Amino acid sequence: MIWNEKNECMSQPEREAKQLESLVRLAETLYTKVEFYRNKFDELGIKPADIQSLKDISKLPFTTKNDLRETYPYGLLATDETNIVEIHQSSGTTGTPVVDAYTQKDIDIWSEAMARSLTMSGVGKNDVIQNAYGYGLFTGGIGVHHGAAAIGANIIPISGGNTERQLKVMKDFGTTILTCTPSYSLYIAEFAADHGISMKDMKLRAGVFGAEPWTEEMRKEMEATLALNAFDIYGLTEITGPGVANECECKDGLHINEDLFYPEIINPDTGEVLPDGEKGELVFTTLTKEGTPILRYRTRDITYLTRGKCACGRTTVKMHRLMGRTDDMLIIRGVNVFPTQIEEILVQMEETQPHYQILVDRGQTHLDEVEVWVEVKDEFFFDETKKMEGLHNRIGHEMKSRLGINAKIKLVEPKSIERSTGKAKRVIDKRKL
Amino acid sequence: MALKQISVFLENKSGRLAEVSSIISNSGINLRAISIADTADFGILRMILDKPDEAAKLLEDNGFTARKTLVLGVEVHDHPGGLAGVMRLFEENNVNIEYLYSSLQNATEKAVIIFKVEDVQHGIEILEKFNVNRVSQF
Repeated sequence: MIWNEKNECMSQPEREAKQLESLVRLAETLYTKVEFYRNKFDELGIKPADIQSLKDISKLPFTTKNDLRETYPYGLLATDETNIVEIHQSSGTTGTPVVDAYTQKDIDIWSEAMARSLTMSGVGKNDVIQNAYGYGLFTGGIGVHHGAAAIGANIIPISGGNTERQLKVMKDFGTTILTCTPSYSLYIAEFAADHGISMKDMKLRAGVFGAEPWTEEMRKEMEATLALNAFDIYGLTEITGPGVANECECKDGLHINEDLFYPEIINPDTGEVLPDGEKGELVFTTLTKEGTPILRYRTRDITYLTRGKCACGRTTVKMHRLMGRTDDMLIIRGVNVFPTQIEEILVQMEETQPHYQILVDRGQTHLDEVEVWVEVKDEFFFDETKKMEGLHNRIGHEMKSRLGINAKIKLVEPKSIERSTGKAKRVIDKRKL
Repeated sequence: MALKQISVFLENKSGRLAEVSSIISNSGINLRAISIADTADFGILRMILDKPDEAAKLLEDNGFTARKTLVLGVEVHDHPGGLAGVMRLFEENNVNIEYLYSSLQNATEKAVIIFKVEDVQHGIEILEKFNVNRVSQF
């Protein structure tokens, strides 16, 4: 099934003509309505009229996460505040959040993108969707909800957590589609196995898993342990939320809803646009958004694009599953964390050294586990275990309350963490992504 | 006089304890009492040595974090109730004990128990007042 055959299967020239039309309109809107972009255009000496072809997009300025923070909350609004009907914020925890403000048309576009994505994963109106993404400011839960509503499926807005109840609901209501993070799906599978619940007795048919990067190995495991077909979904709050791209039944790349979200791959160092097939940083422009349209947003995600008609019938460009990041951001159970944030906490505690090491792994539970090794300052070594344990607990508490991650803290001897003369290797990620 | 105890911070890593022992023994310093407090991910090694200052310097030179703490070495009769008497004395006189361990001293009728108390000065006063023998040097 294809949700929007016209838009998902149109010829390349036809689509490009539409994209150009949207891009020109977007450039005009941004120039006239958003001071931030007008200044950027002026700095580069560009006028909206300079956009004559799609290739001219490379003349336009990039937008970074920092730009989004600095314009918080409404600096990038391209419409009247009264036209906004919904607000979401990124799951990032670096102080100032990133805002996505939606008009009714933006919600419709998001619903459309999500409906296409769910349809790619085989979801239809007769399905029962158990939506275990978090509901709230995070785009995951509500995004899937909007898409499922557009399809007319039966949606169970259970949100994440409470695995016992997840399994009961799954069984009692004959859930056919599970939507959650890949690591949580594996946790559900393991919980079921431990409690003698057979997933084969469930009616699950497919899972739509995202908000975290995952691998082919994880797909095999999810498909075997949950007895379903696992599909990868991609999206980000800055652009709209989930539904930017999704895998079709061919499972060899994610179709980008490129009539709505225009992708480019650039060289992260020079900003130069790279040809299809070449690996680089993924950049998105929201072609049709009204509330907070974004020009050339640098996702920091690394992938490459492939074009051509897919065996599923769609002609939309495909992105390879995520291959890494251009920065050192870690995604821990869906929460974005930068090593520098951990460093900041340690610097602020007088007892610890800013020397640390972060180990990330998926343990027995398949959930992300973080271990932070912290050097204790020589003068703060106490002879008493209770004082040392107090320090240990305080660091863990700071990580939890300020970053939202449950890190296992390990106090190590002063000077025991390797000092490097160049760029310190702070993070050891064993998750094999 | 109180005793100088040397504490060493040990992270939970194999071989660290052996390393401390060999540093001490290679330098001819005599170990008189030893105890280790362990938690899930680190340990605190506590030692009474015949040359505490020298030992601390040596350990620090070898990259260990060493701390000197004043503790009390109390002679306790090596028969049932010996320790209980001292404990009762401390209890009745508000000497708060943080931890204790016994020394390696042998071949006498008396054992030496190492006490870390909250207020060392107060502990000494009480022991003196009730004529309990202390060991101030090994």
